[in-house]
Amino acid sequence: MSNALVIQLNTLLAALILLTSFALLVQRRMFAILHLFAWQGFFLGVSTAVIGFATGEHHLYISSLLTLVMKVLLLPYILYALIKKLKVHREIESIMNTSCTMFLGIALVIFSYHLTAPIRQLSTLVTRSTLAVALATVMLGMLMMVTRRHAVSQIIGFLAMENGLFFAATSATYGMPMVVELGVALDLLIAAFIFGIFFFHINTTFDSLDVDQMAKLKETD
Amino acid sequence: MTLHPIVIELIQLLMILFLSPAFAGWVKIVKCRTQGRTAPGLLQPYRDIARLFAKDVVLAENASWVFRSTPYIVFGVTLMAGGVIPLISVDLPLADTADIIVLVMLFAIVRFCTALAGMDVGTAFGGMGSSREMMISSLAEPAMLMAVFTVSLAGSSTSLTQMVTVMSGHAFVIRPSLAFSLVAFVLIALAETGRIPVDNPATHLELTMIHEAMILEYSGRYLALIEWAGMMKLVIYFSLGTAVFFPWGISGSGDPLSLIIRALFFVAKLAAGGAVMVLIETGLAKMRIFRLPDYLGSAFLLATLGMIAFFILE
Repeated sequence: MSNALVIQLNTLLAALILLTSFALLVQRRMFAILHLFAWQGFFLGVSTAVIGFATGEHHLYISSLLTLVMKVLLLPYILYALIKKLKVHREIESIMNTSCTMFLGIALVIFSYHLTAPIRQLSTLVTRSTLAVALATVMLGMLMMVTRRHAVSQIIGFLAMENGLFFAATSATYGMPMVVELGVALDLLIAAFIFGIFFFHINTTFDSLDVDQMAKLKETD
Repeated sequence: MTLHPIVIELIQLLMILFLSPAFAGWVKIVKCRTQGRTAPGLLQPYRDIARLFAKDVVLAENASWVFRSTPYIVFGVTLMAGGVIPLISVDLPLADTADIIVLVMLFAIVRFCTALAGMDVGTAFGGMGSSREMMISSLAEPAMLMAVFTVSLAGSSTSLTQMVTVMSGHAFVIRPSLAFSLVAFVLIALAETGRIPVDNPATHLELTMIHEAMILEYSGRYLALIEWAGMMKLVIYFSLGTAVFFPWGISGSGDPLSLIIRALFFVAKLAAGGAVMVLIETGLAKMRIFRLPDYLGSAFLLATLGMIAFFILE
């Protein structure tokens, strides 16, 4: 496989990651959100392996494997089990205006493109052009957290942000040191368990995972 | 021996004119097969058009010149649009008169006249159809322009023949921007030609029809012209799609033998494209009309993502 083809493949994967971020932003069904998140993790893992192949940085294969196991299998499975257990899988979320969210998302992509312009000019890595996509994925994950009311989709937005950070690390510096990556992976796993406990408590207290209900917690005056 | 460009242009116009009913028949055949029904023959649309031409026109009493001239405008403008898109040669004299933006505007003229004619006789269905058609086109047109602009960026021109020459000259590269634009283009083409997730061309159901509602008052040769223009529009959208996204096998020398080979190749592309469209249509259910802004909004999003991907990634 020639190097040019590898770079093109990475570009395609970056585009697919961006596409899944947008799809996450507008998807309303719980399981569909979960599937999209798993797909995003899959593209991320493959992209990491492709970068590893293109640059000869072999530790990226391990991060790729870690990503595939964690973000395609383990985390979606934990969330799936949670959603099933809490019986919220039939819930369809009402989001704020879909097209408005989309336009905000497009604006964020353009913003991150401009933000990464100086880095793109200084960097000599083959992956420098995907840095804008990585930053955009972080921003879109944040936008998802802001626009959603359901606790599960907010968590997925958070995890998508983490995906974006991971992608940023691989495209800006060919990945973080192995220790950091292992630590982050473990943190995510622990975080998933803590989310689970929170979901359980929110659900038993309010009988719903809609975080707007938490406004009731304030003292009345 | 090479044919004169004007002769090639004439051949192309005749192809658009006389292949389009066969294409409509082919789509119907594949559709019937996928749904387990017996299909009418490939020549049925020709017979329908001939029958309509033979019938008398019934005009509403208050039909004005707008109503009477619209079928001719629709037919003529659609045929002209067909003369601009390269099908079997890039050496087209008409192609210099219109680039891709003008092409989109030609379709807008067709819609504008049809909508006016729908409202002209003052029936409830006509007005309703016109208003729905305008809602769809106001959302589809920006998305369409975005999608073709992305391809214009890649082909570094807005002239269709120029784009085909540049794009088919390239070696194959993976371009995410073009993939996004292609998906957006397919979504919009389904909406613009009134196919299934948006409109159902096969029914006259009061609550759902859009295009059929506008032309409900037409009969005889007027209806024949409008139906024929609709079939041509379908072929034109396909040739636009193939010219823009699969530009191989269009440009070449002007000698009759290679022209015939390219024409056969075009027919093969058309047949394959029709089958793909039927598969998409069969897999989908018609949407509620108030979901359409979401559908067309996602087409716009994809087209815009394509353009952004072009700048960011390529």
